[in-house]
Amino acid sequence: MNSYKMNLNRRKFLSYTTAAVGGIGMAFASVPFIGSWLPSAKAKALGAPVEVDISQIQEGQKITVAWRGQPVFIVNRTQEYLNIARSTSNEQLRDPNSNESLQPEYARNDVRSIKDNILVLIGLCTHLGCVPLYKPKMGELDSSWKGGFFCPCHGSKFDFSGRVFKGVPAPTNLSVPPHKYVGTSRLIIGEGS
Amino acid sequence: MEKESLLKYGVNELKSWIDKRFPLTELWNDHVAKYYAPKNLNFWYYFGALSMFVLVLQIITGIWLTMNYNPSAEGAFDSIEYIMRDVPFGWLLRYMHSTGASFFFIVVYLHMFRAMLYGSYKKPRELIWIIGLLIYLCLMIEAFFGYLLPWGQMSFWGAKVITSLFGAVPFIGDWLMEIIRGDFNVSGVTLNRFFALHVVAIPLVLLGLVVAHIISLHEVGSNNPDGIEIKKLKDENGIPKDGIAFHPYYTSKDAVGLVFFLILFSLVLFYFPTMGGYFLEAPNFDPANSLVTPEHIAPVWYFTPFYAILRAIPDKLAGVIAMGVSVVIFFFLPWLDRSNVKSIRYRGIYYKIFLTLFVISFVILGWLGMEVPTPEKTLLAQICSLIYFSFFFLMPIYTTLDKNMTVPKRLT
Amino acid sequence: MFKKNIFVFLYTILFSSLALSSGNHLNLDKANVNVKDYASLQRGAKIYMTTCATCHSLKYVRYKEMAKQIEMVDSSGDILVDVVKDGLMYSGGKITNTVLSALSEDDGEKWFGKSPPDLSLVARSRGVDWIYTYLRTFYKDDSKLWGVNNIVFPDVAMPHVLLNYQGLKGLSEENSHHINLKLIQQGSLNEKEYDLMVLDLVNFLSYVGEPHQVERKKMGVYVLIFLSILLVIVYLLKREYWKDVK
Repeated sequence: MNSYKMNLNRRKFLSYTTAAVGGIGMAFASVPFIGSWLPSAKAKALGAPVEVDISQIQEGQKITVAWRGQPVFIVNRTQEYLNIARSTSNEQLRDPNSNESLQPEYARNDVRSIKDNILVLIGLCTHLGCVPLYKPKMGELDSSWKGGFFCPCHGSKFDFSGRVFKGVPAPTNLSVPPHKYVGTSRLIIGEGS
Repeated sequence: MEKESLLKYGVNELKSWIDKRFPLTELWNDHVAKYYAPKNLNFWYYFGALSMFVLVLQIITGIWLTMNYNPSAEGAFDSIEYIMRDVPFGWLLRYMHSTGASFFFIVVYLHMFRAMLYGSYKKPRELIWIIGLLIYLCLMIEAFFGYLLPWGQMSFWGAKVITSLFGAVPFIGDWLMEIIRGDFNVSGVTLNRFFALHVVAIPLVLLGLVVAHIISLHEVGSNNPDGIEIKKLKDENGIPKDGIAFHPYYTSKDAVGLVFFLILFSLVLFYFPTMGGYFLEAPNFDPANSLVTPEHIAPVWYFTPFYAILRAIPDKLAGVIAMGVSVVIFFFLPWLDRSNVKSIRYRGIYYKIFLTLFVISFVILGWLGMEVPTPEKTLLAQICSLIYFSFFFLMPIYTTLDKNMTVPKRLT
Repeated sequence: MFKKNIFVFLYTILFSSLALSSGNHLNLDKANVNVKDYASLQRGAKIYMTTCATCHSLKYVRYKEMAKQIEMVDSSGDILVDVVKDGLMYSGGKITNTVLSALSEDDGEKWFGKSPPDLSLVARSRGVDWIYTYLRTFYKDDSKLWGVNNIVFPDVAMPHVLLNYQGLKGLSEENSHHINLKLIQQGSLNEKEYDLMVLDLVNFLSYVGEPHQVERKKMGVYVLIFLSILLVIVYLLKREYWKDVK
C-alpha cells in the first residue's frame, strides 16, 4: 500500500519535472523562430541614418527626405514663422508642451527643435498616417489660418512647430525623429545627439 | 483545497460542453488513452512517431524560411545567403530544414524496414502499407521540388536530368518534359511552380495521407515483433491480454526516443550540417549556370539507390522503367509474400537470406549512385539490381518454400 | 538471426564508406584553418581588400557585420568604424554596404575572358584546401596571357596577384608523375612566410563562407547539454511508468 502511494508521488514528481524541463526546452526552441522576426542586417542597413545638407534650404522652404521608409520634413523657418509659433496660445493647442507627443528630449521646447530655424518632423499625420501639406501662407486655409501644416485626409491642423490644434482628429503633435547636427550644414536624421 | 476542486469543476464543465459538440474525449480515448498497442514494441517502432515529428519540424522551419525566401531565378540563391547571414538565426532555420530533410529519409527508411522485418504489410494491414508508400512517393517528390529551390548548380542540373527523364516516355515525351518545366529549359518558371508545389500542395497532401495512415492503423491495431495478432486474445473487459494503453506507456517511451533522436539530430545540425557534402552538396554553393555543367551530377544520397538502377540499364527508356518498377514493386509486397507467418523471427531461412541480400544490394546501389560510372561499377550495379529485383519477383516462390516455425499464441 | 542482418548492414556501411573516400583525383595540401584566430582573420581581410577586392566581390558580406564578427571592436564592443573605413574600405561608401568590386561584369569578361567570380562562398564550393593549394601553385607559362598557369586550376584566366610576395615559380623537369615547382625569381617573402600569408587569406575566406560557424558550434554545446539532462529525466519517467508492465 505504502509503496504504491510512493510510486504515485514519484510519478507526479517526474511528470512535473519532465513538463517543466520540456517547457523550458520549448521556450528556448522558440527563440530562433521569434528572433528571426527581428530586423535583419539588411533592414538595419536600409534603416541607417540619413545625412542632409541643410545649407541649400531657402528661408521658409520645406524639403522632404526619406528615412526608414517615412517622409521627414525639414523646414527652414523664418523669424516670422518662429514668432507665430511662439505666440500661438496654449488654449488653441491640444498638447502645447508636448507631454503626450513623441520627440527626443532636446526637441521638447517651445519650437521643438535644436536650432531655432531648422524644424525636423516626421511627415506623417498622427491621426491615421497621411502625409500633411505644408501651408505657410497666412489665410491660406481660412481667415484665421496663420501658417503651419494641414492634413487633407481628415482635416487635422498643426502649427509651425508641428503642434496639433484642438478640434481636429489627430491626437498628438507631429513627431520629431532623433537627429543631430555635424558642423553648420550637415543634419543627420536617425542619430540622437 | 476549495480552489483546486473549483478549477477541476470548471475544467470538467468545459470538457462536457465540448464533448456534446465535438467528440474530443472519445477521440482521445480511442486513439491515445484507450488505444491498446502490443507491449513488446521494440527499437524499430520508434520511427513512425519520429517521422511525424520530422514532418512537423519541416513544415514549421519551411514556413519560416518562406518568410525570407525569394522564389525567382534572379533572387533565390541570394535570398538563401541572406537567410544564412543577415536574418537573425536564419542560418539555424536553414540548417534545421536541410538536416531535417535527410533525417526524414533516414527515419522513413528505417520505418519501412520495420514493416519488412515483421510483416507489417501483410493482411489485414495492406492498406496501411499502401498509404505509407503513397506518403513515401510524395516525400520523394517533395524532396525533388525542394531541392531546386536554392537554385545552385546541383539544384539546376539535377532538375534538368530528372525532368529530362520524362522525355523518354514514347510519343508524348517531349511535350511532357515541356509542360513539367513550363519552359524550353529548366528556368525561373520551373522554380516558381516547384516552389508553390513544395510549400503548399504536397505538404497538404502529405498531411492528409498521414492522417489516413494513422486512422487505418488504428482500425486494425499495431503489429509487433512477433507478428502475433493481440486482438485474438482479450480479457473480460475486451482489452487485449498482451496490449497496453498507448498513453502513458508509449507516449513516455516515444518521448525518450524523441529526445535521443534530437541529440543525434543536434549533433549533425550544429557540428556536421553539410555532412561532408552529403546533406548539403558543395556544387550547390555555386549559383545555377545553365551554360556550365558541374563535373559530377549526382542526386542527394536518399535517391542514389534508384539512380544507380536507372544508370545500370544502358537504354534510356528501359532504365526509366526499371527505376520506376524498383519503387512501385513495393506496393505489391503484401501479395508477393505468400508466407503464413508475419515476423522474421518465425520465418524460414530463405526469407532471411533474401532480405539480407536485399539490404546489402540496396546499400551498395546507394553508394554506386553517388559515384562516377565506370564499366566495373556499372557491372556491379547490374548485379545488385538483379539481386534487388529477385527479392521481390522470386518472393512468391521462396516464401512458399520456406519452412516457417510455429508462432506462439502470446507475446514473447 | 536478425542480429546478423544488423551486422551485415554495418559491415556494408563500413566498406562503402572506405570506398567512398577514394574520390579525390587531385592531391591538395591541407589548410589548417582556424576561424577563431581573429588576428589572422583581420590580416586576411586586409589582404583581401587590398589585392582581391578590386576584381572579386564578396556581395553577401557587409563591412559592418564582418568588422563585428572578426573582432574589430573596442573594449565596449563597438565597431572601430574609422579603422574599418581606412584599413578596409578603399572605395568609400557606408559601413553597412556590402563588399562590391569596382570591376563591372562586362569589363571583367573583356579583360579576363571570364568575369572574376564573387568569392563569398568559394570556401564552401571548392573547399579551403583547394584555395590554399591554388594560391601557392602558380607557375611561369609564357604561352598564357598573364604569363602564368596553375596546377590546381589549369589555364586559369587569373594573373598571379600575389607574385610579388611569393616570387615566381617554374615547372621542374624532375618527376613526370608528380608536378614539382621550383623558385625562379625571389619574392618579398620566403616560402614559410608566404604560406602563412595565404593561410590568413584562406582563414578569412573560410569565415566569409559561413560567418556564423563559431556561434553555431557554441550553441551546439548548450543544446546538447540541455538535451542530455532532458534525456535522463524523460528516461526516469518512462522507466517509472513501465514498472506496471510485466
